[in-house]
Amino acid sequence: MELKLSPAEQAFAADVRTFIRDNLPPDIAGRVRRGEHLGKDDHMRWQQILGRHGWHAFTWPQEHGGPGWSVVQRYLFEVISAEMDCPIIQPFGPRMAGPVIYTFGTPEQKERFLPGIRQSTVWWCQGYSEPQSGSDLASLATRADDAGDHYVVNGQKIWTSYAHHADWMFCLVRTAREERPQQGISFLLIDMTSPGITVKPILMLEGTHSFNAVFFDNVRVPKNNRIGEEGRGWTYAKFLLEHERVDNAAIGVTKQALSQVKAIAAAERDGDTPLIDDPLFQAKLIAVEAQLMSLEMAALRVLSQVASGASPGPVSSLLKIRGTEVAQRISELGMEATAYYALPYQPGLIAGQSNEEPIGPDYAVTAANNYFWRRCMSIYGGSNEIQRNIIAKAMLGL
Amino acid sequence: MDLEYSTEQSLLRDSVERFVRDDYAFQARQKILANGGFSAPHWTTFAELGWLGIPFAEEDGGFGGSAVDLAVIMEGVGRGLVLEPFLPTIMAGGLIAAAASSAQKQAWLTPLIAGECKLAVAFAEPQSRYDLADCTTRAAATGAGWRLEGRKCVVVGGKIADAFIVVARTSGDRRDRTGLSLFLVPADADGLTVRRYDTNDGQGAADLELAGVALGPDALLGPDGAALDPLERAVDGATAAVAAEAVGAMAALCDATLAYLKVRKQFGKPLGSNQALQHRMVDMVIALEEARSAALAASLSMTEDDAAARSRAISLAKIEIGRTATKVGQEAVQLHGAMGVTDELDVGHYFKRLTIIATSFGNADWHIRRVAALDAATRRSAPEQPAPGRTAA
Repeated sequence: MELKLSPAEQAFAADVRTFIRDNLPPDIAGRVRRGEHLGKDDHMRWQQILGRHGWHAFTWPQEHGGPGWSVVQRYLFEVISAEMDCPIIQPFGPRMAGPVIYTFGTPEQKERFLPGIRQSTVWWCQGYSEPQSGSDLASLATRADDAGDHYVVNGQKIWTSYAHHADWMFCLVRTAREERPQQGISFLLIDMTSPGITVKPILMLEGTHSFNAVFFDNVRVPKNNRIGEEGRGWTYAKFLLEHERVDNAAIGVTKQALSQVKAIAAAERDGDTPLIDDPLFQAKLIAVEAQLMSLEMAALRVLSQVASGASPGPVSSLLKIRGTEVAQRISELGMEATAYYALPYQPGLIAGQSNEEPIGPDYAVTAANNYFWRRCMSIYGGSNEIQRNIIAKAMLGL
Repeated sequence: MDLEYSTEQSLLRDSVERFVRDDYAFQARQKILANGGFSAPHWTTFAELGWLGIPFAEEDGGFGGSAVDLAVIMEGVGRGLVLEPFLPTIMAGGLIAAAASSAQKQAWLTPLIAGECKLAVAFAEPQSRYDLADCTTRAAATGAGWRLEGRKCVVVGGKIADAFIVVARTSGDRRDRTGLSLFLVPADADGLTVRRYDTNDGQGAADLELAGVALGPDALLGPDGAALDPLERAVDGATAAVAAEAVGAMAALCDATLAYLKVRKQFGKPLGSNQALQHRMVDMVIALEEARSAALAASLSMTEDDAAARSRAISLAKIEIGRTATKVGQEAVQLHGAMGVTDELDVGHYFKRLTIIATSFGNADWHIRRVAALDAATRRSAPEQPAPGRTAA
């Protein structure tokens, strides 16, 4: 047993650092460092730089055009990317649509869709949740009626992240009503330029636009855009959700967020004392750092198990619960650290669309918004209460 | 990076689990407790299985094992609620291995590994709480050796120790980080009064009163006045060890509680069919996995060369062990209902041991302060950092 990196892993980490240092545009790094809400162009520019280097689909095996990295290499890539202020790679293509397509898709579908994901020339979104189907996803009602060589889709999706940027959607639809709600669901790939699709923004409490409602009014979807068998979509969706939860530990990003809170607390003065020397603030900060240390080791243990061939299974639910709780706590401390300068609402600066002088210190501009935004973490991807249900049932047999 | 057990570690774990299952069932354990908390045949078994030599170098007669190997044993110690003073003896042996001359190793470490002598480390004092440097016990050089005056308290393992390693001040003032030395003091030394007692978790401890204890020159262990570094290392190592012990105890409590939720019926259905209880059970299991992760981080940090980095990692881990041990212990008692607060059920005994682990070698508050102090020292020695945010970009 050995936590230290092998010489080969150290060399890999050095390569990653060199590549990022030489290729990450400084304006994008600055926006990530300041916690701004990134635009489509910021994401796409960086993802396409990675794509040209073969690193956008960094979790993919070589046979599908990925780098074929080990779990340790992937972990190092994520942690170093976060440390060096890279934008988070949007997961919808490379972490979600891609693995489903290369695992369950036809050769034609692979040839048609995988290159655009690898190169990040196509933006994907996920059509899962519906107004009446939140955590109870299998109750979804968006219909796809058989019309010969195509389906006709009617219904509504909601909380669709970045549907307003998206070229394509992977979407769960109901193709049949059967006894169990999990049956009769199919997995479709839908061109977002299709006639009959309307995307309406949902503004979040902190003022940003990431989520949308997507309406389908007699949208024609060719049957060769269906993944796998008709009615078996739930199987593919579950496969994907398990991948998503391992992601949700997001250790690298959370570690970077903790460093940022420490930097803020070192810069803030309470009387003559830096906030970071205040015993009450210290106690909270160190307590959450201890939790993050446990979480990181838990994630490494899971990676180690995956590397030796085991499936992460319900442990990924555990990582999702604690990963989001710890990240939320850190954002809360970041907001607390800024005191009165948590108050000014500066949407232009948050969106990176303004050059005006910030009210208060630079680091305070996004602190409260970041805290507000992160409340969504324990709700998305299957709420933390649903994750507890999953652990109770699947892992504990209750 | 590789976090899987080696083949040897898996074999060691199997052997520990077998011992706990076959020789340390709860009823057998309670019998040992009723007979004073020590079984001589078990101690012989520890020696025969090589546990007493695990962390010591091969040239000292040990097996050259790592902190992770020790943790494998300690997890079994926790699962079995083992009463014999295994860790106090290992901790004392670690100080001898680190500081002693070869003659002293011959005299003390060799019989320790053979299971022929039990030692305990006397570091705490009535006023010291968790501060290892806070030492008022004094050792003065005499023509013939040393003379010790002072008091040591709650020496775990001291109830049946054959000898003590006593931390005493050979120079400096009460909280100075220099001037501490280690002395080997036989339990029957003239001038030493040993007040022996049981602790709340069934282990045995002692308070020592040293009233002019006269020792020969060979009683000094290691260089005069330089004991704090090896002592901090030994306590960090012991902290990593009890972290692993806590994992074993928490795992046992999670198993017992889950089984109880499945069999105990009220209102015509198993307790575990209630979502309120399911989620509490899940949170216990999450805490166990966090504890397992923290304990592993602690053991792995013991190979760290930089003492400050090692201590920081140990403190973060102990903060987590304190939080999770308290949570799992309290919840296991609660979910067992009235049975959880009886002496008859093992659950309460695990709860008591976990409570004492959380309180030993620095509680969570103390470790938070230690991390804060280490970080403040790092900041003082580092160049001024630019403020975060826009201007830094």
